[in-house]
Amino acid sequence: MSLLEFDAVTKIYSVRGAGQIKALDDVSFTLKSGHTTGLVGQSGSGKSTIAKILTQLETPTTGEVRLGGKPIPRRGKGLRSYRQQLRMVFQDPFASLNPYHSIGYHIQRPLQLDNVVPKEQLDDEVRRLLGRVHLEPNTVIDRRPHELSGGQRQRVAIARALASRPQFLVADEPVSMLDVSIRLGVLNLLADLQREEGLGVLYITHDLATARHFSDEIIVLNQGRVVERGAADDVILRPQNPYTQRLRAASPDPDRHFGSATGILGGTQ
Amino acid sequence: MGESLLSVRDFSVVYDVDPPVEAVTNVNIDLRRGEILGLAGESGCGKTTLAYGVQRLLKAPAVITSGSVVFHDSSGEDIEINALDPEDMRRFRWDKISMVFQGAMNSLNPVATIGSQLEDVFEVHRPTHTKAQRRTAVGELLEIVKVGAQRYRSFPHELSGGMRQRVMIAMALALRPQLMVMDEPTTALDVLVQREILRQISALRHEFGFSVIFITHDLPLLLEISDRIAIMRDGEIVELDTAEQIWTNPQDDYTKSLLASFPRLTGEKGLVSR
Repeated sequence: MSLLEFDAVTKIYSVRGAGQIKALDDVSFTLKSGHTTGLVGQSGSGKSTIAKILTQLETPTTGEVRLGGKPIPRRGKGLRSYRQQLRMVFQDPFASLNPYHSIGYHIQRPLQLDNVVPKEQLDDEVRRLLGRVHLEPNTVIDRRPHELSGGQRQRVAIARALASRPQFLVADEPVSMLDVSIRLGVLNLLADLQREEGLGVLYITHDLATARHFSDEIIVLNQGRVVERGAADDVILRPQNPYTQRLRAASPDPDRHFGSATGILGGTQ
Repeated sequence: MGESLLSVRDFSVVYDVDPPVEAVTNVNIDLRRGEILGLAGESGCGKTTLAYGVQRLLKAPAVITSGSVVFHDSSGEDIEINALDPEDMRRFRWDKISMVFQGAMNSLNPVATIGSQLEDVFEVHRPTHTKAQRRTAVGELLEIVKVGAQRYRSFPHELSGGMRQRVMIAMALALRPQLMVMDEPTTALDVLVQREILRQISALRHEFGFSVIFITHDLPLLLEISDRIAIMRDGEIVELDTAEQIWTNPQDDYTKSLLASFPRLTGEKGLVSR
């Protein structure tokens, strides 16, 4: 089992006029391959700073990130091979794909850059990856992003993230910009891939309900500090920290509102 | 609660492009005085078009092809909205029905203070008010929505997203309308801020007694705040019932599939349909 350790990371931003802002304060957690960790908190709690540090777009002020016990190289080949092991799926599928390039090109690029497969197998691998995310290769491969729906685009982004065969995936609000009826489909796809490929997933969201269903463990972040962590059901159903309790009370919950276990969704379906 | 405020009959809107798009088809709604009616459905189902349509806010190529919208004013008068001439329509709008727009946080003018933008409402609709009266009214509004009168001279960028949203609600509340249409008013806000705003809308409704048409795709949210919910799909209302009925005993298959697409926060786990 592969481990990605985020160890005692503090990140301080210096902002002109506002002094120093502590975006992360002594945050530690470990991602394990084959496990999904949910990261929840409101806007400004530091969720995205964690994603940026994990991808080495930012460096920690103190503390470090280790993959398999080794610190992450700051540059060069070492950094590239680290990034091959950890990929991102971004929030906005309309912004994260290049409107100028075909879908096939989006998938092919990381394959070439990381020499994942020999040249003559490129096309087959692109098709295989599109198939993995339930897209029909023949119909989408030559299309441009604007010709696809939001859900299809997010599937392309997932296929692209999988191309370099990473061990870890950081999904930053991967479904919040999608239509409600397809959100679950994309999350289920991520969950299936996570299981089948043994990925370690960091699922960043402010939606407690999906965090509970798709995570093994949940970490609650408030103002850059971890205020609560534990098994998903423990954190959401029996929150101990007042902040987690507030988050939960603020989340829509028809079960609480109408009394639980009623009706069609009440357990027999 | 039984008294009707707005009667929408056989209402249809077509976008006259090639080929024409039937955005809203034969919709019938009776909105009661003081109720919150939730309007749910996915992007493109016609919920915004319907909400704009009943207030005649649509622009070409949208065409209202059939139907009537009657507003039962608190004075006892019945107003057929489609029959109003432009000047009467201008007076009617905002006075009787106001709107909190989608992306309301960004619909404020960035180069004018929020106080002056709120004053505009009174300047146009209450031309007999003196400047001092307008000032007082705006200060009161800012207090009601808990932004505070001291923010009168603030510019929109000096306020947080939640505060800007409250300013938009203050603006919609300004003339004490009988109906407020809210199009995704809390979608861009995080859950804690969203909850505060919802509490406030609910408190204001109890205080002032207006009705609300609340449009969103967030069904769990609607289930909590609405008296009744209309589920829309492809321009038609497929089901309209009390929130409790929609939750416990949904009739339409599409309603069921929408309900099933939200994992439950506290209910039994593993009910995520596949």
